[in-house]
Amino acid sequence: MRHLLLFIARLLVVAAVVGGWGLATKVAASPYFPPPSSIAATMYRQWFSGPASHLWLTGDATANLVPSLGRMLGGWAAASLTGVAIGVAIGRLRLFADLVEPIVHFGRAVPVPTLVPLFLFLWGIGTPMEVAAIAFAVIWPVLLNTIDGARHLDPVHVETARVFRLGPGQRLVWIILPAAAPKIFAGLRLALSLALVMMIISEFVGSTDGIGREMLQAQTNFDVAVMWAVITLLGLLGLLLNAAFSVLEHRVLAWQRGMRPAA
Amino acid sequence: MTPVLRRVFLGAAGIAAMFGATELALRVSGADATLFPLPSTVLAQTASLLSDSAFMAAVGSTMGAWAEAMAFTVAIAIPAGALLGLLPWAESALRPVIEFLRPIPSVVLFPLILLIVQSDARSEVVVIVFASVWPVLINTIYGFREVDPVAKETLRGFGFGPLAVAWHVSLPSAAPFIATGVRVAASLAFVVAIGVELIGVGLNGLGTFAGQEQGAADAVAIMIAVAIWSGIIGLVLNTVFVAAERRFFRWHHEQSSMARATT
Repeated sequence: MRHLLLFIARLLVVAAVVGGWGLATKVAASPYFPPPSSIAATMYRQWFSGPASHLWLTGDATANLVPSLGRMLGGWAAASLTGVAIGVAIGRLRLFADLVEPIVHFGRAVPVPTLVPLFLFLWGIGTPMEVAAIAFAVIWPVLLNTIDGARHLDPVHVETARVFRLGPGQRLVWIILPAAAPKIFAGLRLALSLALVMMIISEFVGSTDGIGREMLQAQTNFDVAVMWAVITLLGLLGLLLNAAFSVLEHRVLAWQRGMRPAA
Repeated sequence: MTPVLRRVFLGAAGIAAMFGATELALRVSGADATLFPLPSTVLAQTASLLSDSAFMAAVGSTMGAWAEAMAFTVAIAIPAGALLGLLPWAESALRPVIEFLRPIPSVVLFPLILLIVQSDARSEVVVIVFASVWPVLINTIYGFREVDPVAKETLRGFGFGPLAVAWHVSLPSAAPFIATGVRVAASLAFVVAIGVELIGVGLNGLGTFAGQEQGAADAVAIMIAVAIWSGIIGLVLNTVFVAAERRFFRWHHEQSSMARATT
C-alpha cells in the first residue's frame, strides 16, 4: 500500500515537472526550448515510427542507435572481462600486486578524453577507435573493485577450500569470484555510465554514425528539436540500462542476501 | 624490510621493468617510431612540455574552467542537497527526475548549450557543472539523512528552531559526506573539461592541445606526454582533496573506524 502510494506520488511529480516545463516553454516561447510534446513527437518521428517488421524502429534508429549501443556494450563487456581477469590476478598474487599497483593507480588517474586524439591517430575514424576509448575508461573501476573484492576473502572459506583440496580453477569459481562478486558488480555499474559518456565523446570526435554523430548533425542544421530528442533519449537510455543492470545484479547476487552479517 | 618499503621498492621495480621491456622490445624489433615512440623519447617529451608556453597556457585554461565549475557546483549542489536531505518526502518524490537527469552524459549537452549561450568557454563551464553536481548532491542528501536523531532531538529539546538544528547539528555531521562528494566531483570535472575541449572549437585547454598535435612528426610521443601530465594533475587533485578530508574530518574517520572495530 505504501509502495503504491509512493508510486502514485512519483508519477504525479513527474507529470507536474513535465507539465510545468511545458507551461514554462509555452510562456517563454523561445526557439531553444521546445515544449515536451514536440520533443516526444520528434523522438517518435525520428526513431520509433518504423514498420512493425523492424520492431517499429525507423531507418535512422537502426543506422544510429544500434551501432552506438553495440559499441558501448561491446567495449563495456570486453573491458569488464579483462578487468575481472587482471583484477583477480592482482588481488590474489601479492608479489604481482606490489609490482603493478603504482602503474594501475596512475593508469586510472589519466583522464581518458586526453587519450582520444591518440586513439584517433592510431586507428582513424571508426568503430575500433571508439571501442578502444570506451574500453580504456571502463576497465579501471572494474579492475580496482575486483582487486579489492578478491583480496579480502573469508579465511574460513580459504581454509575450507584447502581442506577439500580444491584446485586453482575450482577455488576461482567457488571461492574467489563469489566473494568478489558484490564489489565487481559495483564496479560494473559505475563502468556502465562511464561507457555511455565515452560513447558520446568518441562519436563526437570521430564517427560516421551513432547517437553522438546525430547530435552534431542536428547542431549543423540548427535542429533544436532533434537535439532535445537526443538528450531525452540518452536520459531514458541511462534509466533503462540502470534498471536492467539492477535486475541482473539482483538475480546474480540473490544467494548473497541473508548471508551477510546484520550490520 | 618493512611492508611499506617493500611496496615502494617493488612498485619502482615494476615501473622500471615495464619501461625497460618496452624500450628493449621497440629497439630490437625496429618498430615504426612515429607510431610506437620509445619510452625514453616519451619521457624527454614529457619533460620538455614543462617549458612549452602553449602547453602551460592550455593547463591554465583547463584549470580555470575547472575552478569556476567547481565553485558553481558547490554553490548549487550543497544547498539543494541539504534541502532534499532535510525534506525526505521531497527527495523521494523528486527521485525519478534525478534518476532521469543523472545518467545523461553531460558532454552531449555541449552543442545545445553552445547554441543557446553562444560562447564556448561559458558552455564548457555549464557542461562541467551538469556533470559534477550529481556526486555532491547525492552525498549531501545522504549526509543530511544520516544525522544522529538523538543529537537533533537534544537541540530541539533546548528550544532551538529547525534552522538552528540544521546549522549546528546536521551540517557539521553531513560535512564529511559532502567533502567526499566534492572530491569525486573534482576529479570528474577535470575529466569532463578535457572531454569538452576535444569538441569545442573556441577553447584552448588540455583537450584542445592533445588534439592539435596530430600533424607533428612525433605526434604520438606528444599525445602520450599530454596524457601523462593530465594523469599527474588528476593524481595531485585527488591527493589534495583526500589530504584535506583527513585534516579537517579526522574525528569522522576515527569515529567510523572505531565503529568498525566495535561491530
